[in-house]
Amino acid sequence: MFFQSFGKYILLLKAVFRRPEKWSIYRKEILKEMVAIGVGSLGIITIISVFLGAVTTVQTAFQLVSNLVPRSVIGTIVRDSSILELSPTISAIVLAGKVGSSVASQIGTMRVTEQIDALEIMGINSPGYLILPKIVGAVTMIPLLVIISIALSITGGYFAGSLSGAVTAQDYVYGITTDFIPFTFTVCMVKSVMFAFIITTISAYQGYYTSGGALEVGISSTRAVVISCIMILCADYVIAQLLL
Amino acid sequence: MIEIKNIHKAFGDHQVINGVSATFHPGITNLIIGGSGSGKTVLLKCMVGLHEPDKGNVVYDGRNFTRMNFEERIAIRKEIGMLFQGSALFDSMTVEENILFPLNMFTKQSAQEKLERANFCLERVNLAGKNHLFPSELSGGMKKRVGIARAIAMNPKYLFCDEPNSGLDPRTSIVIDELIAEITDEYQITTIVVTHDMNSVMGIGEKILYLYEGKKWWEGSNDEIITTKNQELNDFIFASKFMKALKK
Repeated sequence: MFFQSFGKYILLLKAVFRRPEKWSIYRKEILKEMVAIGVGSLGIITIISVFLGAVTTVQTAFQLVSNLVPRSVIGTIVRDSSILELSPTISAIVLAGKVGSSVASQIGTMRVTEQIDALEIMGINSPGYLILPKIVGAVTMIPLLVIISIALSITGGYFAGSLSGAVTAQDYVYGITTDFIPFTFTVCMVKSVMFAFIITTISAYQGYYTSGGALEVGISSTRAVVISCIMILCADYVIAQLLL
Repeated sequence: MIEIKNIHKAFGDHQVINGVSATFHPGITNLIIGGSGSGKTVLLKCMVGLHEPDKGNVVYDGRNFTRMNFEERIAIRKEIGMLFQGSALFDSMTVEENILFPLNMFTKQSAQEKLERANFCLERVNLAGKNHLFPSELSGGMKKRVGIARAIAMNPKYLFCDEPNSGLDPRTSIVIDELIAEITDEYQITTIVVTHDMNSVMGIGEKILYLYEGKKWWEGSNDEIITTKNQELNDFIFASKFMKALKK
């Protein structure tokens, strides 16, 4: 069953990357998807990122009981955990829920209402037309969202630390500007591109092979989110193991 | 002309189509009729390549569609128009964008020429001026007519209609049937209509193929169908009280 599904997934990806019928139409679709995924997800990413940074600051300060450890370490921990784990992974899991379910239900509805058959009959490569713009839109916009998330998370930590008195502004800024390893940012970008690919392709696969009606579209959408989340966590571990 | 030769199709152990062969000529309305589950839609989908037949061939004017690769099939599909049971309009697009879609994708016409073609198709189905409505704003009959307009936008050589009357009132059904018959005659298209609507059979069935349990059970015209001695076909045609009364 797993190998059968994996084989279908690979064949679908092969069809997705066939030469587009007309680049100008695909370009328009890619821009639409970039707006939908990027601008459409900015609100939720802003909210979760600010709170992630704030909570990380307060909880790190709570655990930092030794006077031998400088308080500036809080800033360093917030920065590194935001870059390496919290911003890419938590953002990806939230986006799996928001973008993934939308992709699966959109394509699934097109499948059960014969709109995909209509594309095929016209001579259009339906996986390419429907899925490629979503993949390109996601792999370009999700890394940008993750960069914004990192900035907001560190800012959230700054305000939470200052307002609660857990760490002074000077200590926090010293912490986030000390001992920065640029490679952690590379790892973060590799993760976010990978996660974007996982979210769109798995969700599109679930939607594309939906059969039945409204109930099955709902099931595909749920399955898309669950499988995407699991695969994101697996990929997170593999990337960390390979790159760090 | 479309020829189907010895088509077989099964899903698991269930044999849906069992050795069906037929020839469909251009300029006349070819009907495939049969009860629910008789394999009409599966046969239609085998003909257009949405299902792969397990055995047999589909030949479009001498070109064997079944044996073609992806690129060769695309060329044939550009000559095909299809009206789906649920219309299958793209619900994120307006009526005009639905009709323009294949033109934008495959032609190098100017924007003005494409718009003129879309307006012509809309006029042809009596929907002039409805360009900017979304499918959700249309009635069932209007959706079918937009479906026909989109299907004829690329000047197809072959038109397939999957239950064009389903969910429509009798008067709108007749309008859709007449439109299909007119377009077929006007452009000399090879048209194949899958239906179980007896009004369509009597109204536009110039050539009728009756499927029963996945097999070709009877073939003829709407003049011949009334006098047929075929028991299963008689049971199908005269199932309703109205048709029984008409026979008497």
